[in-house]
Amino acid sequence: MAVTAERREGGAVRRTSAFLFRHPRGKLTLSLGGPLAWFLVIYIGSLSVLFVTAFWYLDVFTSEIVHEVTLKNFQTLWENGVYRTITLRTVGIAAAVTVTDVILSFPLAYYAARLATPRMRNALLIAVVLPLWANYLVRVFAWKIILTPSGILNWFVELTGAGSLQLGRSNWSVWIAFVYLWLPFTLLPIYGALERIPNSFLEASGDLGARGWTTFRNVIFPLILPGIVAGSIFAFSLTLGDYITPELVGNTQFIGNVIFDNVGVAGNIPFAAAYAMVPVAIMAVYLLLAKRAGAFEAL
Amino acid sequence: MESRLARIMIQGGTALTLVFLYAPLVIVLLYAFSDSIGQSWPIEDFTTKWFGIAWRSPDVREALSHSLTVASIATIMALLLGSAAAFAVHRFSFFGRNSVSFLLVLPIALPGIVTAIALNSTINVLGIPFGILTIVIGHATFCIVVVYNNVLARLRRTPTSLVEASMDLGADGWQTFRYVTFPAIRTAIVAGALLAFALSFDEIVVTNFTAGSTLTIPKFIYNNLRLPRNRPVVNVVAIAVLILMLIPVYIAQRLAGGGETAAARTQAEP
Repeated sequence: MAVTAERREGGAVRRTSAFLFRHPRGKLTLSLGGPLAWFLVIYIGSLSVLFVTAFWYLDVFTSEIVHEVTLKNFQTLWENGVYRTITLRTVGIAAAVTVTDVILSFPLAYYAARLATPRMRNALLIAVVLPLWANYLVRVFAWKIILTPSGILNWFVELTGAGSLQLGRSNWSVWIAFVYLWLPFTLLPIYGALERIPNSFLEASGDLGARGWTTFRNVIFPLILPGIVAGSIFAFSLTLGDYITPELVGNTQFIGNVIFDNVGVAGNIPFAAAYAMVPVAIMAVYLLLAKRAGAFEAL
Repeated sequence: MESRLARIMIQGGTALTLVFLYAPLVIVLLYAFSDSIGQSWPIEDFTTKWFGIAWRSPDVREALSHSLTVASIATIMALLLGSAAAFAVHRFSFFGRNSVSFLLVLPIALPGIVTAIALNSTINVLGIPFGILTIVIGHATFCIVVVYNNVLARLRRTPTSLVEASMDLGADGWQTFRYVTFPAIRTAIVAGALLAFALSFDEIVVTNFTAGSTLTIPKFIYNNLRLPRNRPVVNVVAIAVLILMLIPVYIAQRLAGGGETAAARTQAEP
C-alpha cells in the first residue's frame, strides 16, 4: 500500500518536475515571482509613497496632511538656518567618523593581511566581526557608561594626574561612539584590498630604494584606495541615517533626530519625508563618486 | 620587508584596536554585576540580584516572547524568498538580473531611517494596525538579502557538473534538488537563517517605526535606557542577549566560513 502511494506521489512530483524542465520560464516565475513581488510592493512601494509624501504638506491649523504637490518642505529645509546647521553638522560628523575609522582600520588590517599566520588571521577576522553582533544599543550604551563624568575614562585620566576629561553628552562622544560602531565596516574592505597586493610589488619598491613611508604612499595607498572608499560608504551612510546614538550620548540634533521627532511628536510626516530625501541625495552623489573610484569592485 | 619600527607600530596598533573593540563590552558585562544603580567607576559591590529581577520582569518576558516570534517568522519568510531569489539569479539569465542584487540590498544600503520612515508612512496610509505583523514585514524585508547572499555565494561555488551528472543519470528535477543541490547548499541555508534570526532579534532603527507600542527586546532596552532606575535590568538583558546571540553567530561562522558571514554582516547592518 505504502509503496503504491509513494509511487503515485512520485508520479505527480515527476510530472511537475518534467513540466518545469520543459518550461524554464515557469520555473523562473515560480522562484523569482515571490521575492520580486514582495520587494516591489512592500519596499519600492513604500519608497515611492515616501517620495510622494515629501511633496505634500501639513496644515498647521488643522494638523491635517494636505495632498497637494508643493516644494514648501524643501524650501524650509533650505532657508531655515536651524536645518542647514543640522545638515552640515550631520555631514561633518559623518565625514570625521569615516576618516577616523579608515585610519584606525589600517594597522589591524595590515597585520591580518600581511604579517599574521593563517590561523591568527582567521581569529583576527572573527574578532573584528563578533562585536557587530552585540546589540547595537548595548554598544552605544557601553560608551555612555564609559564617557560619563563619573565613568571609567575620567577616572583613568584623573588617576594619571592629567586633569579631568568630562565628555559626557557632546559631539565628541557622538564621534567616538560612531567610530566604534562602524569600525568593522571599514576594516574588512581595507583588509581585502591589502590582502590582494602581491608581495612582489612591495619587494620591488624596496629594491628600488623606497623606504617604508614612500612605499606606503606610492604603492600601498593607491592600491587600497578602492577598498578605503568601499568601507567609507558604510561608515558614512550609517552615520547619516542614525538617530539613536546622538540621542543617547549627544546633546545636539542630527538629521535622524529631526526626522524621528517629526514622525513621532509633531506628526509632520511630509516634512520628515522631505528631510529623509537629503541623506538619500547625499548618498546617491557619494555612490556615484565611489563608483568612479572603482569601489564597487572592492566590496 | 617592513622595517622593525613599522612592524612594532603595526603590532601595537593591532593590539590597541582589539582593546578598543572589546573593552566596552567587558565594561557592560562588569556593570551587570554592580550593586548600585549609579554608573560611577570603580564598581563598589558586586551582586547577581539583577539577573533574578530581570528574569521575573513581565516586560522582559513579553519583549522576549515577541522578539522570538518576530525573528522566527521573519527568518522563515527570508528563507523562502531569499533562497528562491538566489536560485533564480543563479540558474537563469533574464532581463534585469543584475538589478536583483541591487534591489535586495537596498534596504540595507540606504540610511536606516529612510527605510524606517518609508515603511512607517505606508503602514499609516494603508491603515494597518501597528504590531507583530508590521514588525515582521519590516524585518523580513531586510533579512532576505542575508539568506540570498549566503545561498547565492554557495551556489556559485557548487560545480554545475554535479547537477548535469545527476540529470544524465536519470534523476528528475525534484530528485536532483533533493539529493544533489540541497545537500550542497544546506549549510549555507542554515547559516543564512541563523544570521537572519540574529539580525531580526537585534534590530531597533526600523522596529522603532513599525512596532507601535509592541515591545521587543531592543525596544525594551531603548525604552528603559533613559530611566536610571531600570539601568541594572537593562545591563542584564544586554548581557543575556549578547551571550544568546553568540550561539547562532558562532554556528553560522562555522558553517559558512568566516569570510562569508563577515561579508553578510557588513551588508546587513540596517
